[in-house]
Amino acid sequence: MKRCSHACGSAEHLTSRRQFLGTVAAGVGAASGLGTFVRPLVADELTRQERQVLVVWLAGGASQLETWDPKPGTDTGGPFRSIETSVPGTRISELMPLTAKQMHRIALVRGLNTKENDHGKGHYMMHTGRPQMPGVVYPHLGSIAAKYVTPETSPLPGYIHITPGGGGLSSADAAFLGPKYGALHLGNGQPPANTVRPASLNDLGASAREAVFQHANDRFAKRRRTAETEAYTSTFEQAKQLMARREVFDVTKEPERDFDRYGRHDFGRHCLLARRLLDAGVTFVQVTHSNYDTHNENFDFHLEQVGEFDQGFATLLEDLGASGRLQHTLVIVMSEFGRTPKINPWYGRDHWGNAWSIALAGVGITAGNVVGKTNANGTAVVDREVGAGHLFHTYMKALGLDTKESVDVNGQDFFLADPSATHIPELLA
Amino acid sequence: MTSVDGPAVGPEKAFILRELTHKQPLIACRFAPAHPFVFATSEDRNVLRWDLNSASADPVAFSGHDGWVFALNFTDGGQSLLTGGADGVLTWWPLAADGPMPSRSIQAHGGWLRSIAVAADGHAIATAGNDRIVRLWSPSGEKLMELPGHERPIYSLAWGPDGTLVSGDLKGVVIEWDHRAGKEARRFDAAKLYKYEGGQGVDYGGVREMAFSADGKYLACAGLIEASNPLGAVSNPAVLLFDRAEGKENGPLLQRSKEDVKGVGWGLRFHPGGFIVLVAGGTGGGNLWFFKPGETNEFARFKLPNTARGLDLHADGLRVATTHHDGKLRITALHAKPA
Repeated sequence: MKRCSHACGSAEHLTSRRQFLGTVAAGVGAASGLGTFVRPLVADELTRQERQVLVVWLAGGASQLETWDPKPGTDTGGPFRSIETSVPGTRISELMPLTAKQMHRIALVRGLNTKENDHGKGHYMMHTGRPQMPGVVYPHLGSIAAKYVTPETSPLPGYIHITPGGGGLSSADAAFLGPKYGALHLGNGQPPANTVRPASLNDLGASAREAVFQHANDRFAKRRRTAETEAYTSTFEQAKQLMARREVFDVTKEPERDFDRYGRHDFGRHCLLARRLLDAGVTFVQVTHSNYDTHNENFDFHLEQVGEFDQGFATLLEDLGASGRLQHTLVIVMSEFGRTPKINPWYGRDHWGNAWSIALAGVGITAGNVVGKTNANGTAVVDREVGAGHLFHTYMKALGLDTKESVDVNGQDFFLADPSATHIPELLA
Repeated sequence: MTSVDGPAVGPEKAFILRELTHKQPLIACRFAPAHPFVFATSEDRNVLRWDLNSASADPVAFSGHDGWVFALNFTDGGQSLLTGGADGVLTWWPLAADGPMPSRSIQAHGGWLRSIAVAADGHAIATAGNDRIVRLWSPSGEKLMELPGHERPIYSLAWGPDGTLVSGDLKGVVIEWDHRAGKEARRFDAAKLYKYEGGQGVDYGGVREMAFSADGKYLACAGLIEASNPLGAVSNPAVLLFDRAEGKENGPLLQRSKEDVKGVGWGLRFHPGGFIVLVAGGTGGGNLWFFKPGETNEFARFKLPNTARGLDLHADGLRVATTHHDGKLRITALHAKPA
């Protein structure tokens, strides 16, 4: 099925999210052409089945040897031990005792070879499932989820990124999908800026201003609708919704005891905010934990960083499991690459894309599974080697999206998932 | 300056006396006080013993720890070796045995055991590490006391000549303990050796090792300053020297190299001649720096062939041992080469 360009403004475009749903929307084809005005019953059913995504991004490149694929007692193993998990026979680093208790919810990919050791290119590859090439930019998974999974009527942005960095809207990740599917970044987990109506503007004044805006906007859209104007309108509408639902972003509304459970550090607070956003129905939430780029004193830094990750992540996974939300939420823990098995002169590990690991959980994933294997000291993949393209296909399958979908951009088809790769069937339930 | 017995001490004329080689990178080292041995720990989890009186280059391996070994010391009049590391286990070994086996092991800490210090009179062994608690043990391994107070991992311990115990942590908090009463006596602020790097979101630095002067007047702390890029190994080695006279706790002298040579001050010793020996390693390579109390910069420097990680000073005052990433334990003489 071909899609029109985002800028065309056709009715087909307005229904594209639903049409693009594979298994979820298999019975909704009849709704094509109805736009957002699907029958309430169908809409309710879809809401119940809505897929969500949680990505935990370990920025800088977390060491697979200090997380998912430890090699204790070898020349590359470092100082740490491995520990048993809730899955017999699967051992992970002793730095993750809480995650070890959640292992029955997790699947590991230990045969990842992305052949990429550059931060920027690794970041792009792991978010888009392809190597970075000049001349074309593909959308990130978050933007794909925002466009094809998020209900058109959702009052909240489809793609929210909780980051230690700065906040604000960014369209870059959306690429040719269009700017309205970009990310809303919550800098240090803070609510979006300027979401409180000025005190000088009362209800009456706000209504009058809105009426004028709506009239002008409708008139303009009838004649000159473009991707940019649509994005502007969408952003304005979303801003109003955000103002009305500002409390969704206020993590301080969570119970005090949960701050202790998740950890009284930034990452713990960010994971708790992620739970709140997922509970509120946000389709795609990414939490970035920084920083794992440990060229120096890798072990001390991983001791601190992975300790924070373990508490926040394991608690969030436990809560998602207990609430049932994990049944329709895909969880991905990844980095731009792993770290060298060889320990450098400064007790550091350097960039390493040749043999590393990621973790998955939730909807569509075979929990407790381990796919792929590295050799005794972790220097090479020896079984079931996969790349970022295979992972991307797997994510889309798990979300019920059609991996063969393409988007028509100015007459040229662009496949959302790299056609040269396929999904990893052992990972999918 | 003269040694206890032998040639005149002269760090300016230092040279490498001997290299002992292992197949894996080395971490920490110690000269045995009552035997002609030098010990080192390795990234292969072993503790290695070389006989300095033997021409053999092959070390005897002490195997048993389930993780890297970070700390070495001696008890029982120098007849027993104490080791501790990433498994949190404190182990006693008969150090002169041909086929060494642990004589005792106790789970001393949760997480890494980073430092072992033995009181000068041998009555107590202090250990500390990532669980932030200083623990005192009898020479035979009975727990005597716990000293909580640190809020971050403890990196180093030292006993003073007057029986004072100090502990230093990641954030540069140095606590002097009244260990007989089981409480803090006072604190020294070594926060200059710590940095939170906000852009990278990491804590870095800490009091890597401490040493008292022979008269107890000074407490020297090894570490690093100017950590502009902790994850990228960009920092400079430094010593923070405290005058322990009352009222001077917060006015330490920061000692550093004249040149900008990157690295971390991993270890230091007070030489009987009154000066400080600091070993540093990092992107600037391995170096021995020699500082006098009261002076900001070194009076001598000796460049080592490979980045360095650990240091010990022999009781004769003429030799220092250093451990290196290239698997070598180097013995450097602190005097002129014989003619």
